[in-house]
Amino acid sequence: MSKVLHVEEHQVASELAPQAPESETGARRMTVNMGPQHPSTHGVLRIVIDLEGETIVRAEPDIGYLHTGIEKECEVKTWQQVVTLTDRVDYLSNLGNNLCYALAVEKLLQIEIPERAQWLRVMMTEFSRLNSHLVWFGTHALDIGAMSVFFYCFREREEILKILEMFSGQRMMTSYIRIGGCALDAPRGWEKVVRKFIDGFPSKVDEYEGLLETNPIWLKRTKGVGFIPLETMLEWGITGPMVRAAGLAMDARKNAPYSSYEKFDFKVPTRTENDVYSRYRIRLDEMRESAKIIRQAIDGMPSGRFQADAPKVVLPDREKMKTQMEALIYHFKIVTEGFRVPAGEVFQVIESPRGEIGYYIVSDGTSHPYRIHMRTPSFGNIQGLPKMIEGCLIADTIAAMGSMDFVLGDTDR
Amino acid sequence: MLPENLKQYPAAAALAKKMDAAITGGKFEFQELTIDVDAAQIVNVCKALKTDLGWNRLSAVTCVDWHPKQKGRFEVVYHVQNTTTWERLRVKAAVDDVPAPQLPEIDSVTSVWAGANWYEREIYDMFGIAFRNHPDLKRILMPVDWVGYPLRKDFPVHGYKYSYKSE
Repeated sequence: MSKVLHVEEHQVASELAPQAPESETGARRMTVNMGPQHPSTHGVLRIVIDLEGETIVRAEPDIGYLHTGIEKECEVKTWQQVVTLTDRVDYLSNLGNNLCYALAVEKLLQIEIPERAQWLRVMMTEFSRLNSHLVWFGTHALDIGAMSVFFYCFREREEILKILEMFSGQRMMTSYIRIGGCALDAPRGWEKVVRKFIDGFPSKVDEYEGLLETNPIWLKRTKGVGFIPLETMLEWGITGPMVRAAGLAMDARKNAPYSSYEKFDFKVPTRTENDVYSRYRIRLDEMRESAKIIRQAIDGMPSGRFQADAPKVVLPDREKMKTQMEALIYHFKIVTEGFRVPAGEVFQVIESPRGEIGYYIVSDGTSHPYRIHMRTPSFGNIQGLPKMIEGCLIADTIAAMGSMDFVLGDTDR
Repeated sequence: MLPENLKQYPAAAALAKKMDAAITGGKFEFQELTIDVDAAQIVNVCKALKTDLGWNRLSAVTCVDWHPKQKGRFEVVYHVQNTTTWERLRVKAAVDDVPAPQLPEIDSVTSVWAGANWYEREIYDMFGIAFRNHPDLKRILMPVDWVGYPLRKDFPVHGYKYSYKSE
């Protein structure tokens, strides 16, 4: 069996290898390997491209270089331990992944999350969206040749990472959103720090816009580049800002609100040009909307608990453990064997900076997940990538791929 | 046959009107509607869902392994969405296990939603389910010469064939 399989798949490997196939038009067709270490692929993505002159006639993404078997590993961890793995799926929007996982498990557990925890979650997820968009914007502009944008974006990103550290003790892999609430309550004096940042932020976005808006090179390289019809995007599983730049207001925060997003006042920016330029405008507008959401969260932050009142799920207070026997027992049970989650299956979707994250979770009633499937936005987006870049010039591929904003950790899991 | 308690949900009733014979069960839990269908009918069901009933978007396809069950060991799970009402629906098809060198088979739905392509390749890679009429069925995440199907429950988490020592 193994021998047969080996031969068969060896042929597949040779199909992917660079070669020069026959061309119908008589022009010499050339196969080029882009990646896996190409700087513009932002991670290890390999694209096998057939070229005629400088035009791409066929593109085939080859993924899997960052596959770490997270879905398999989840099955041997306890429910709460999995939170730290979800951080590492999409390393730019880790709070979004935490939130999606926590919401799914809470749905199975049927526990009520206090208002304050929900608002903290919204605020932190929006910070993570800002963080992700800033990294995207800096590197995307860098790819196209505008170097200084990168430094401006990373200046603000540093501030955001400091805020994340203030809340959770970690800059990047925060694991701040846990099953049953948040890891910690907001630190003392947080309003002042967050407000100072968010008051200055919209003018910073204007500043980025000022760097590029009248730059003729930027406009020439982005306007009218990377077109892909809306139907093709929906057919091939592309989601997020790509779809919104084509006019469809597809945003889970509005269409299926979760974690009290329905209580916030914000718009879902859409445009109709459907090119690299419009995707850049969409993300800039999204940053402004995120700032609006964060400001509302500071103004209206409810008081109360930051964790659910669910002693079998949430670790007890340190103080209570010293005086109450039950608290000590719960602590021991949760730490040693974890909590059990009733059997069932749920599919929870949230809006990540890149599109739709969906966690499909199956429980068999034990203290470990039976199966977790992560429907990650980048996987769907890269699947549709050839449809966008086939027919493009090879230089435009860099701009088109950048406008998609994929993260390879998110694709390969 | 659609279970009696699901007839109150318009999405389930509409599908039952079209393809009642293909439905084998279903449930409504946690505000999510699940319909079990006959694996042999999966392409027809998906066609009806997409063209007649407005479930125009395929969100994801995945699989669950219920090892050591023989009959219906693999559940192939389709999540579809309607981009007008933004509702979601889950469709499941059970696939029986077959003796080792052969792979369990189900029809590919790439003819209905082209975007099922990579999701089905991922299931082939991870669970070893062969999708009939798939345009390009090969491994996607694991190395091309990998032997075995990692997300199957009888595949160990570590210590399988390969270790750093033997490198």
